[in-house]
Amino acid sequence: MSYLVPVTGEGGRVSEVLARLARVDDPELDESVLDLGFVTGVGVDDAGAVDIGFRLPTYWCAANFAFLMADDMRREVASLPWVGRIRLELGDHMYAETINRAMASGQSFQEAFAEEADGNLEAVRHIFALKAFQRRQLAVLNHLSGAGHDEAAILSLSIGGLRSVDLRPEGARLVARYLARRSLVGPAGDADPAFVNERGDAVTPASFAAHRRDLRRVTVNVEFNGALCRGLLAARFGEALPEPAREPTLLDFVRGRAGGRPIPA
Amino acid sequence: MYRTKDGEDIFIIDGHVHNWDARPENQKNVHGAEFINCFYAYHTGLSPKEELWSREKFERYGSEQMVRDLFIDGPDDMAILQPTYLKDFYVNGFNTTEQNAEIAEQHPNRFILNGAFDPRDGERGIEALHALAEKYHLKGVKLYTAEWKGESKGYKLSDKESYRYVEAAQKLGIKNIHVHKGPTILPLNRDAFDVADIDDVATSFQGMNFIVEHCGLPRLDDFCWIATQETNVYAGLAVALPFIHSRPAYFAHIISELLFWVGEDKILYGSDYGIWTPKWLVEKFMNFELPDDVARETGVSLTRETKKKILGLNAARLYDINVEEQKQRLGLRERVAAE
Repeated sequence: MSYLVPVTGEGGRVSEVLARLARVDDPELDESVLDLGFVTGVGVDDAGAVDIGFRLPTYWCAANFAFLMADDMRREVASLPWVGRIRLELGDHMYAETINRAMASGQSFQEAFAEEADGNLEAVRHIFALKAFQRRQLAVLNHLSGAGHDEAAILSLSIGGLRSVDLRPEGARLVARYLARRSLVGPAGDADPAFVNERGDAVTPASFAAHRRDLRRVTVNVEFNGALCRGLLAARFGEALPEPAREPTLLDFVRGRAGGRPIPA
Repeated sequence: MYRTKDGEDIFIIDGHVHNWDARPENQKNVHGAEFINCFYAYHTGLSPKEELWSREKFERYGSEQMVRDLFIDGPDDMAILQPTYLKDFYVNGFNTTEQNAEIAEQHPNRFILNGAFDPRDGERGIEALHALAEKYHLKGVKLYTAEWKGESKGYKLSDKESYRYVEAAQKLGIKNIHVHKGPTILPLNRDAFDVADIDDVATSFQGMNFIVEHCGLPRLDDFCWIATQETNVYAGLAVALPFIHSRPAYFAHIISELLFWVGEDKILYGSDYGIWTPKWLVEKFMNFELPDDVARETGVSLTRETKKKILGLNAARLYDINVEEQKQRLGLRERVAAE
């Protein structure tokens, strides 16, 4: 798939910036801001200054999530060695001014929102990271049972065991995404159980049915919100958005339409 | 009234309708413009193409159009008018109780008029609630917890002031509290759509019913859990239902989760008119069947009896509507099967 992000600047650097932005997820939807169509433009100049345009499905999207995504984008892009000044601009949002000012001056959420906040965003980030963990786990469980593995065998897997299950690329991608969040809920060494609940307890055949229901509830909600946000964004900006990419690669970014011309790779 | 193909009449109470004025001349500021923009995005994002309205019509459709869309072209038998004041965004308010009262008074057997309160209005607000409840014999109120008011951008139901108001409402004979969550609840670093405050207040006021509009979307997962614990928490289907057209598979999952956790006696149909119109929503819902795999996995079923409860009987119970008497009043008769 291609990202329809208008870009300006030298192709290699633009691709690097896009690859970094692809690592930033909407904390609630657990999808990349690029897949979601939130990034409206990327510009890189010869001095290494980077401009990033950014939008959300509605004027009213939650301030905390908007800030988290903006801040994550800033951090990801800042970690590229050649990057100088970064200007991130959120458009058409009730807190656009506050968030853009905070990004420009490096303020924290608490500093930016002062008396409207009573702390940082770590608690809310953790809540949604847990939901992402649950959703990713369900995707792996479904994939494994779809591939013919039986329930008892699946639940007895260790993390190392899960890593060595022979899976098609799609399965391997789901496992990697799941394991990236596995340490949120407890020790995640190779010998630790692969499938645990949100408190870190191993899921057993006896607890599996109830556990799976919990995961489903979270997953249904996230998918529903993802569909809603996508619909709102498309309606707001009058464009049809592609469904989420399965395996975005760097090539996808490079091949992305750039204001009607291909970006030189 | 909706008539099934085999001739059964289904009595329908629409739990969530508005008669708003969002015309540019009534917009106070950019927030007013963006509020209706957001509604319009919901409308265009989830409606079937043939049901799309122009922006002008959407901003102000008016009473006549509303009555036609709900009761003449649409299958609703009754509808609950839910106010949304937004006086910081709209000169005369977006959709106030007083504005709704006009259409309710013209069609007294068709509409149930709900009021509203705002716990940030202090003593004066309690007095205003008294006056409103007496004047309109309110049985329900609609609260929008993310409404902006001066410096404040919202409140929680678990706030001390909210408790005072809920207590006052209860004394005034109001027993149904419809709650709509929004994005600006303070502190902003927390999850604004968290439904924990509803859990809290529902536990404290067992004699009242709490209808969570849009069934806690975007926190359906937490909402289901709370609604399981609290016998007086209900799910309003507004916003979830339109997915039946564009995303029927998601809708199947949502409704099956609600049936599993919340139960068929505690789910209320609402069109959220004028965002969406009842005709296609009810038609599609009546024709909707849960896919076998979803039904098997969740163990729930969506029978005609279940649909009747969701479409009208549950709301009738909450608002003391005797359905048979109401049909008489509306001139509707049960059809007697031909010999």
